[in-house]
Amino acid sequence: MEAYVSLFIKAVFVENLALAFFLGMCTFLAVSKKISTAMGLGVAVMVVQVITVPANNIIYHVLLKEDALAWMGITGVDLSFLALLSCIGMIAALVQILEMVLDKFFPALYHALGVFLPLITVNCAILGGSLFMIERDYDLIESVVYGAGSGFGWALAITVMAGVREKLKYSDIPAGLEGLGITFISAGLMSLGFMAFSGIQL
Amino acid sequence: MSAILNSETKKVLTDPLVNDNPITLQVLGICSALAVTSQVSTSLIMALALTSVTACSSAAISSIRNHIPGSIRIIVQMTIIASLVIVVDQVLKAFVYDISKQLSVFVGLIITNCIVMGRAEAYAMKNPPFESFMDGMGNGLGYSLILIIVAFFRELFGSGKLLGIEIFPLIKDGGWYDPNGLMLLPPSAFFIIGIIIWSFRRWKPEQNETADFKIMAISHGEGGHH
Repeated sequence: MEAYVSLFIKAVFVENLALAFFLGMCTFLAVSKKISTAMGLGVAVMVVQVITVPANNIIYHVLLKEDALAWMGITGVDLSFLALLSCIGMIAALVQILEMVLDKFFPALYHALGVFLPLITVNCAILGGSLFMIERDYDLIESVVYGAGSGFGWALAITVMAGVREKLKYSDIPAGLEGLGITFISAGLMSLGFMAFSGIQL
Repeated sequence: MSAILNSETKKVLTDPLVNDNPITLQVLGICSALAVTSQVSTSLIMALALTSVTACSSAAISSIRNHIPGSIRIIVQMTIIASLVIVVDQVLKAFVYDISKQLSVFVGLIITNCIVMGRAEAYAMKNPPFESFMDGMGNGLGYSLILIIVAFFRELFGSGKLLGIEIFPLIKDGGWYDPNGLMLLPPSAFFIIGIIIWSFRRWKPEQNETADFKIMAISHGEGGHH
């Protein structure tokens, strides 16, 4: 149990996908102008992450890993090079299904998240989460915890960033640095803050 | 040479370098790449990988653009890009294994790099293969330019080296340079890009964004409650 808690904390703070690995930066910069939209996107990323990381984990362990096809009686086959293609296919398909399910059963949630869902397929944070899962060889429960943690960390980062940018509107910024430039510098300062967690031992 | 590179092709090749740079102006493709810029060698490989994927995928997508049904075009583009990335990934694993280990998941993340998808959508779907190839190449090079500038500063000031060759002798080896540890950490990449964007926009003021709000001096009649 303790190991899972520490994995979660590590995924949220120490190895924050947005601020330590620069994943999902395009959406991070484009959609962080207002707190409410940023939070909506953050929740959507978290939901998708919790579903896709374990799903890719199952696919990887049942079909692609070296000798994973042994249950079919086929040995000596290593399909792990297909992981990239299967991960992105899985993510695209799951996002599509999630969109349909939400539309059918949770229309209110669909209207809140709807516009962000297609954006998520091409969000590097989602694919990155799955690829890190494969690289670090997490098992199924670990991958659920990692998915939740990394999604929450990303949501936290984009919401805080949106808060900072809402205040930045009122500041007097040097010519040429407005908009993108100052956003990068404030993201750097935030990332510096998150670095402070890196000494934590759990 | 001039017959092949007419003015239109030249324009799509050179424009993305400064005038329409994918990172500083189009805000694309920052996602996967910044984490690899702590050394020049890894960024060179990453830049090469991304440029070849963008150029080849644009050419491939453009050559079948008239046969792709609109509703499934994203999936078709994604499959082409993912297959090319798998090829690049396997090539890197075969020939430069050490660097491919350091790049870890970031080669795979070229799939979701917005530059590749962005060029496929914005240019390759509307233009013939050769121009698309050049456009992909140009955007890849624009991205490479920023990546290498960032890596140059991070490696030089963070560890006193360039491509692993000592430039500033470090204090711990009896030299004079005290390395700046911050340069090896992620935040420095944000700062350097911020500064690059700033200098690009000072150099070419037409790239400035229009501010949402203007700060104005309060005239004496209204703001009297200080």
